Order: sequence, then C-alpha cells, then structure tokens
Amino acid sequence: MKPILKRLHRYYFIQGEPMIWLTGAGLSLSLLMIMGLIVLVVWRGAGAFWQEDLVLLKTKDEKPVLAEILNREPMPAAEGKPSAGFRIRTKIANRDLNGLDFRWIDEPTIVSRERPKDAVILERQEYGNFHGFLKELVRDGQPLASPAGGSALAELRKLHAEIRPAILKLKAREREEVGAINAELEKERLRVKTAERERPARLAEITAGSERRTAELKVRYEALRESLEKERGLLSATKAVFADAAGQTKEIPVDEIVRIVLPNDLSLPGKLGLYFSRLGEFVFDEPRESNTEGGIFPAIFGTVTMVLMMSIVGVPLGVLTALYLREYAVQGRVVRIVRIAVNNLAGVPSIVFGIFGLGFFVYGIGSSIDKLFFPAALPSPTFGTGGILWCALTLALLTIPVVVVASEEALAAVPRGMREASLAIGATKWQTTYRVVLPAAAPGILTGLILAMARGTGEVAPLMIVGVVKLAPTLPVDSSWPFLHLERKIMHLGFHIYDVGFQSPNIEAALPMVYMTTVLLMLVIVALNLSAILIRNHLRRKLSASVF
Amino acid sequence: MAAITLGSIARPETASSPASGVPGPPLKDVIEIRGLSLFYGAKQALFDIDVVCKEKRVMAFIGPSGCGKSTLLRCLNRMNDLIDGVRIQGSIKVAGQELNSPDVDVVDVRKRFGMVFQKSNPFPKSVFENVVYGLRIQGIKDKRRLHEAAERSLRLAALWDEVKDRLNDSALGLSGGQMQRLCIARAIAVEPEILLMDEPCSALDPIATSKIEELIFALKEKFTIVIVTHNMQQAARVSDETAFFMLGKLIEVDRTDRMFTKPKEKLTEDYITGRFG
Repeated sequence: MKPILKRLHRYYFIQGEPMIWLTGAGLSLSLLMIMGLIVLVVWRGAGAFWQEDLVLLKTKDEKPVLAEILNREPMPAAEGKPSAGFRIRTKIANRDLNGLDFRWIDEPTIVSRERPKDAVILERQEYGNFHGFLKELVRDGQPLASPAGGSALAELRKLHAEIRPAILKLKAREREEVGAINAELEKERLRVKTAERERPARLAEITAGSERRTAELKVRYEALRESLEKERGLLSATKAVFADAAGQTKEIPVDEIVRIVLPNDLSLPGKLGLYFSRLGEFVFDEPRESNTEGGIFPAIFGTVTMVLMMSIVGVPLGVLTALYLREYAVQGRVVRIVRIAVNNLAGVPSIVFGIFGLGFFVYGIGSSIDKLFFPAALPSPTFGTGGILWCALTLALLTIPVVVVASEEALAAVPRGMREASLAIGATKWQTTYRVVLPAAAPGILTGLILAMARGTGEVAPLMIVGVVKLAPTLPVDSSWPFLHLERKIMHLGFHIYDVGFQSPNIEAALPMVYMTTVLLMLVIVALNLSAILIRNHLRRKLSASVF
Repeated sequence: MAAITLGSIARPETASSPASGVPGPPLKDVIEIRGLSLFYGAKQALFDIDVVCKEKRVMAFIGPSGCGKSTLLRCLNRMNDLIDGVRIQGSIKVAGQELNSPDVDVVDVRKRFGMVFQKSNPFPKSVFENVVYGLRIQGIKDKRRLHEAAERSLRLAALWDEVKDRLNDSALGLSGGQMQRLCIARAIAVEPEILLMDEPCSALDPIATSKIEELIFALKEKFTIVIVTHNMQQAARVSDETAFFMLGKLIEVDRTDRMFTKPKEKLTEDYITGRFG
C-alpha cells in the first residue's frame, strides 16, 4: 500500500475519528428534525387564540369589510409578467351573510384601512364569528335601550352575563332530565320485549303496566318540554342588532353569543386574558361547529381513559407472556419461534389490528355479549358495535409485543444469583418469581409500559373502525351507574386531528385547531410518560439497584 | 465437655479450641454421601464420591478449579436440579433420609440447608426484608417474630451493630463484606440444620475474610458447615475435616490437622505444598 493510503486507512478505520463525527452528525440530525417538528407545531398552534385587530377595509370595487388580516403574499403572476404586488388573506367571518369566512384581497385595490374602536367580534354558538357594529338591543321586537354612546354595549355585556350562563344551565338540565325520561322509556320498551321472549304467560299484564307507565312518562316529558321551551323562549327573546361593514343588519339572539370581543379597544393585558380564556375553553369545553370551534375536552378525556384501559389490560397480559417465555418455558426451538412471532407482530400494520378488532371483538365477542345479555335491545347493538372497550382491547393487542420484549429483557437482566439465593432458601419457583424476580424487573417492565403508552396514544388507524367517532354525545365516564360505560363510543385526539384537518368543510378555520390539537396530543403523551417515569424512578430509588 | 444433644447450643468452649483434637462422645453423621457420580449430559463430572460430614463440625472441600467441589456442594441441596441435563447416581443421606428419592420434595430439602454463595447476592430489598425472606415465604407474618428472628440472625452473623439503625435501607447499599454477612444472616434465619458455603470469601478483602472466618467458628456451635474453598490456609484455619478433590475424584478425606501435616496421598501433598493448583 502507498503511504498516503496507509495514513488514510489508519485515520478512517483504525482511529475511527471520522466515525465519531458521523455518529454525532446522526444524533444532531435526528434532534434537529424532532425539534423542527415541535417548534413548527407549537408556533402555528400557539397563534391560534391570539386576537389580531379588526381592520375596516374599503376597496375600489367591492363592499367594505371588517376583517382580521392573516397573511400576505405576492400575487400569482401571469406568464412572463412581473407580479402585480401583494395580496392579503383575510378572515371576514359573517358566514351567514357572506357565505364564506375567508377572502383574498389584492392590496392595490384597497382604498383605506381603519381600525374602528367599536368594531365587535362575536363568537357565536353557530355560523362562526360575526364581525360588525352594535346597533341596538331589542326584546320581542321592541327596542330596549337607545344606541346613544357606549351604553348599548355595556347593556349587552350585562345581559349576556345573565343570559349565557342561564342558557347553558338550561341545556344541561335538558340533557339530564330529558335523558332520564328517555332512559326510563327505553327501559319500559325493553321490559315488554323481554317479557315477549321469556314470560309469554304474563305478557298481557306486563304490557299493560308498561303502557301505563309509558303514558305517565310521556305526560311528564310533555310537561318538561313545555316548561323548558318557555324558559328558552324567554331567554332567546332578547336580541342584539348588529350591522356589518356594508351596513347590512343582522339580529343575533343574545343566548347564542359565546363571547363578545372589541379587539381594537383591547390593551395588551386584555388580549393576554382573552388568549388564556380561549385556551381554557379549548382544553375544557366541548366542540362546536363540527369540531372547528370550541374545545376538545371529550377527545382528551377519551384518549386518556382509553390508554389507561389499554395499559390495565395489555401490561399484565404482556408481563405474563414474558414470564412464561423467560421463566417457565423450556428454551428451545418452539420458544424461539414464539419470540420471533411476537417481534414480528410489532411490525404488522396497525390497520390490520383494527380489522381484526372489528371482526373478533366487535362482531364476534360483542355480538355474543349482545345475544346473551342484551337480547331485548336487538337489533340495535349494545356491545356489537364500536366502543371504548374494543378500542382499548385492540390497542392492547397492538402494544403487547412492546411489553413482552421489554419485560423479557428486564427479566433476563435479573442476576442468576438472586434467583438461586431465593431457591436455596426453600422458596418455590413461583415465590421466587413473585417476590424477587418481578420486583427486581419492575423498572424494566415499566419502561415497556412507557413505550406501549406512547405507541397506543398516537395510534389512530385501527381506532377509526373499532369505536372512535367524530363527535361522541357522552363521555365514557359519568355519574350514572356503572360509571364507566364500556360500550360508549369515544372521541380521540389523533382522530380529531384527521377529522378536523381533512374532513372539515371549513378547513381554513380549522387549521389552527389542528395544530393546537397536535400540541395537546403531544402533551398528553408526555404527561402519561412522565407519570410512568416518576413511578419507575421511585422504584429504582427504593431498590437502588445498579442492575438497570 | 458438655454432652451434645441434637439441636442444642451447649458448647461454649469450642469457639477458641477446634473440636477436632478433643475427645468426646461419638459425633452423629449428618451427611452421608455414598458412591455419588454426576453427569453433565454425557460428561461425567463426579466419580464415585464417598464423604461423611459429622454434626457441628466444619467440612472443607478443597481442590484445583474445575475439580467438582462446588458441584458436589450443590448436590447436597439439589441446586443442580436447576441445570438441564444433570444426572446423578449414588446416595446422599441427610440425617438418615435419602435426598434424591422421588418422593422427596426439593423445596423441603432446601429448607434444611442454608446456602452462602461465592458472590454475595442480597435481594433488592431492605436489610430487614432480606433477613426475614425465608420466614416470609414460610408464611410467617407476625411482626414480633420476624423482628426477633432478624435480630437473632444478624447478631449471629456479627452484623447487628453495623446495620441496626438502617434495617429499612436497601441492602444493596452495604459494603461487600457486610453483604456477604447479610447473606449468611439470611441463610441462618430459617434455622437450617446445615450451612453450605461456596467460596464465601473469594470476592472479599482480607479484613472482611477474617470476619467471615471468625463467624464460621462461632456458627459451628449451632450448625454443621460444609465450605468449599480454594484457599488452603482458609481450609486449615476454619475446618475440622478436609476433603481433597481432583478432576472429579475424591483423593483424600481426613481430619484437617492430619491432612495438612501428614497427607496420605502424594497428590494431596503436592497440592498442599503448592506444587500445582
């Protein structure tokens, strides 16, 4: 070899200096990509609740609009010509008047920009936001207060502060009381159907009793409905008349208004307060407007409940599997094949697990449960359709390989001497496993749990077919027996991202929500992992073992 | 010299004077190994061994590495059952009872022995839980009884004064010598008849070693002890009787003082004088 080649060889392969740089570069690249992703998502999401000023834009050829300016970009140029300037993307809201919430406006056509102090943004229960000016307040068609000065606005705020909580309370009452009556009615219906099947001799008697009670319930329902409607009528009688930038007026019932904001009149602390109030609404409230507005609390709750259920089912199963493979099975070809199979299971596309879950859990086990325990409700399924239980079981199946592999490694790392010491004292194999091996392996097993939870939380595809829905009417946990409703469908953060981001009719309004939901999903994963890590560290400290 | 009754603890003078030279009533045979051969698969590791251990005496197994002394020791409490492909011929009797007969429960056998390993192996639990482990697996829950047993065993293992204030700390925080004495305390807490020690000092420094050796002197008042060692000085210091093995065969077994002064076999003499090994 030539001396220079020899030197290169020595440098590259013997000292390995460039390899150190290569490994460092690999790490930096990975970190950079992860940080880039997080920064992008957080940056785009964090701006979602920040209130920009409302600008009154007058243009040469169109009606004036009140708009939030979102971004600015060069106008697409025609072939061979320079760009004719910039255009801005604006949120003009007032979907019920304009048909669209967003509009591109070419800058050269803009005549004037003003920031009127009295421009109002209304966040509404329906139809999205409204941008306009308050004209007057009316009740039952009669003007309520004179629009002189700011007093109308103060009056509106006062009325809103009274009416909005009242209507929310009314809605909650409606849900609870009407729901209770409906549940009773359903019970009566099932009683008759059960009697048909099981006690035909007393059918007439039971049917008569049931019909009597049903009639009573219906009377109660009518009375309730009437009183609720009366109250609702009283609350929605008060309306605010708003005019948009072009002067077109719109009557908006005060009980439909979620929030009243005067963005151009807000100080910085005011804007910050608004920001956090919206953030709170996002985290703790239910969604509105086909998920593009309001909060995502049901999705957070559904995700966390489902992942916890998954862990409760999957981890013991995985640990038992690992225990048998490592402690009891004769190490031979069969065990090797099983181990390879388990590892391969981790690589099966998750949608396949979803299909299996649908076929086996939902249609197989679920239908059998329905036939055995809920025959009266058929043909409408109880467990024979997607639900949180089937989601949790499907995900448990999906994450078991992770738990098995981690647990097996943890068990293998328990020193042989420790087992021998226990056996030599006269412990049986099971006592040894239970009292010495498992506690010593616990931190490693918890690592498996952490990996499984991270995997399970982020999984969407299989859940779409075994029980996650766009909008679930109820949470899986509530105050009515049996508290945890295993058959209920749930909302899920991952699916929410897909649904809002790609299935929404109003994608531009939904985009910030997609980023914010992603941020929250990541936070949920971090929180779940953090709690598992804390438990693991506690165990490690308690054992202070240098084994792991 | 007081009479020896089974299970009694009435020999105050033996700690200072090895019992070997003192005449007394005939000692009972506790362990009787007759014609023992052991195979790892097709390979024979022990050849036709005959050894008898007497009650409350220390028997040392010596010999070069790989001579089968540890294997023989592990035959006594059937720890070789854990290894696949081990086959045993011959007879081992403990207090007259055959160990390898099929109607004997291996867990019961192991309860009669305490075992101390070459590398100290405390459990990742507190000092207290380590000592009472054997009692707990026997189902004893009474706090007072556990505490008494723990204190008694730790005192016997000469560890009580060092750990009495940290019984609830992790055992893995102790020093190497303390850990080994903790393992001895754990082994004697269940009051076995016989104590097996598999090179208990090979991982320890000289000071810790001398502590363990003192402990062996004290412990033989209560237990029959079988110790495997590759340190001939140690065998000479602590044991009453010595068995010398080579390549799986028992070369010679005799009283320690005789073995180290007038060995009968040439091989023994060569090994003891350090000509090989």
